[in-house]
Amino acid sequence: MGSSSHFDVAIIGAGMSGLAAGIRLAHFGKKVCILERHSVWGGLNSFYKKGGHHFDTGLHAMTNWLEPGYRGPRVPLQRIYRQLRLSPELFQLEKQGHSQVIFGDVRLRFENGLERLASEIAREFPAEVDGFLRLAGDLEGYPEANQDVPFESTRDRLEGYIKEPLLREMLLAPLLWYGSAHEDDVDFEQFQILFNSIYREGFCRPREGVKTIIFALVRRYAETGGELRRNTGVSRLLVRDGVVTAIELDDGAVVTASQVLSSAGLVETMRLRSDQPKDAVREHEGQLAFTEAIHVLKRPMRELGFDAAITFYNRGPRFTWRSPEDRLVDLDSSVICVPDNFAHESPLAEHRLRVTHLAHNQRWFSLGAEEYEAEKARMVGASMSVTAGVAGDFRPHVTYTDAFTPRTVTKYTGHINGAIYGSPHKQKTGRTDLGNLFVIGTDQGMLGIVGAMLSGVAVANTVGSG
Amino acid sequence: MTEQEVKDIVIAIINDIAPDEDTSNLDGAVRLREQLDLDSMDFLDIVMELRKRYKVEVPEDEYMQLATLDGCVSYLKPKLEAAAA
Ligand SMILES: Cc1cc2nc3c(=O)[nH]c(=O)nc-3n(C[C@H](O)[C@H](O)[C@H](O)COP(=O)(O)OP(=O)(O)OC[C@H]3O[C@@H](n4cnc5c(N)ncnc54)[C@H](O)[C@@H]3O)c2cc1C
Repeated sequence: MGSSSHFDVAIIGAGMSGLAAGIRLAHFGKKVCILERHSVWGGLNSFYKKGGHHFDTGLHAMTNWLEPGYRGPRVPLQRIYRQLRLSPELFQLEKQGHSQVIFGDVRLRFENGLERLASEIAREFPAEVDGFLRLAGDLEGYPEANQDVPFESTRDRLEGYIKEPLLREMLLAPLLWYGSAHEDDVDFEQFQILFNSIYREGFCRPREGVKTIIFALVRRYAETGGELRRNTGVSRLLVRDGVVTAIELDDGAVVTASQVLSSAGLVETMRLRSDQPKDAVREHEGQLAFTEAIHVLKRPMRELGFDAAITFYNRGPRFTWRSPEDRLVDLDSSVICVPDNFAHESPLAEHRLRVTHLAHNQRWFSLGAEEYEAEKARMVGASMSVTAGVAGDFRPHVTYTDAFTPRTVTKYTGHINGAIYGSPHKQKTGRTDLGNLFVIGTDQGMLGIVGAMLSGVAVANTVGSG
Repeated sequence: MTEQEVKDIVIAIINDIAPDEDTSNLDGAVRLREQLDLDSMDFLDIVMELRKRYKVEVPEDEYMQLATLDGCVSYLKPKLEAAAA
């Protein structure tokens, strides 16, 4: 076999986790190759151009804002900069002013750091402040990465701190939205990570969008000498005697690698294996899927009096975090993102408003082509009128709208059911039943951009030092 | 190999793994972790780079020899010289 097609490590996917793992493994002196089916990098958080506008596929906010000059126990973004040897300026992060949770007519605002949230709770739920502070104290720090601990219900644990159900729901909503692959709940260890990432450290955003993050990673990976093949899908993993022996590509070519890291997803990766049926591990398929409308506006939302960076909206007092049963899309809750409200130095070149709703995946997949376009347009219209009620009537200022559905997500990233957060069954150690096959990214357990990068780093440290 | 050269090698590695730290005024006698924000993972990276760049192996139970710059110099100088020979 030619030396050009054997690698120490092959990585499936050039998303955040694959790129981070690639950099880290190259540091260990490994000969690495990243195989990406698409023509662009980034995976779930990539970018594209449409109607003359540049769009990010996903980016609302990055979590884990790191205050310049911070000294203290290692926090996630510091770990990423260090382990990937990136200088912090490369990401061009700007922190949010504030975000908010709105349930009916109750509103809690929060900034980075817990003070604002605590004072808002003191105003709306005076009896609960002590419980909240006790919770915050108990959640300080991060659980050890890569440990396999059993699922523990956050809803149950929260009752020990907060009596008022509405407050529990309001505190949970942002964390479920930005990090739970489980319907209606989240693992308590994951909750701790999310609480710190979103409330304690908080939101920020790369000024020019996700491209900045992707380019920093791609450039760093190139510097380390790693190979990256785009337009190169993996069609099959040949398995013999408990190991992956060869990697078959879409064009029929074969590469080999001593170790394989996959960011394709747990279920998706199982189904690439030659020793598994095409519908393997059905029970682990993720279900949570979304629609999103992305509006280009003539004026910034701030001029309409709406200055929150991210708004987590829920119509009533009880938050439902599950695939809507009888509808294509659940308009009772949404996340409203305004990129302009992160940019305080100078305004952004274009004004945007992004609105996300929970969606039923199979209903979207089963629509015919014409029906699909019609339902998509209907979803956008309905979403706009609900959002106008929360954020002010932005509709006269819209110059262009793009939208995606669960179908779009599957088409571009291969994630089954358009389930952005993957399987609820996470592989926290990254290991699989095959000795040289590892899972990274979404299905290793850490979600979001920062989570995916951390996951790549953590699994690469296991693989690289072994 | 001079002591200064060994120091420069170590500082060059620290600059690569912790680009956000200021290494211009390090006191050779004081523990690096007291002067710079380095954790045990960073020390692993220093060891990793010594192996990659200079083929110098530092066994895990000798990591503490690298605690100060002066410690690095006396511990690494003979190893680097042997590896270069
Ligand atoms: C709409 C949306 C909004 C989001 N908003 C935010 C946000 O605001 N903040 C945040 O932090 N996170 C956000 N996320 C989540 C975040 O983008 C993801 O958690 C993260 O990007 C996951 O990275 P990953 O590397 O685990 O997986 P992926 O990005 O899915 O990477 C997997 C890669 O593998 C490739 N691949 C799959 N199968 C194969 C194969 N067989 N052969 C070759 N290549 C293959 C895919 O093309 C893809 O590039 C959002 C996601 C979406 C979709």
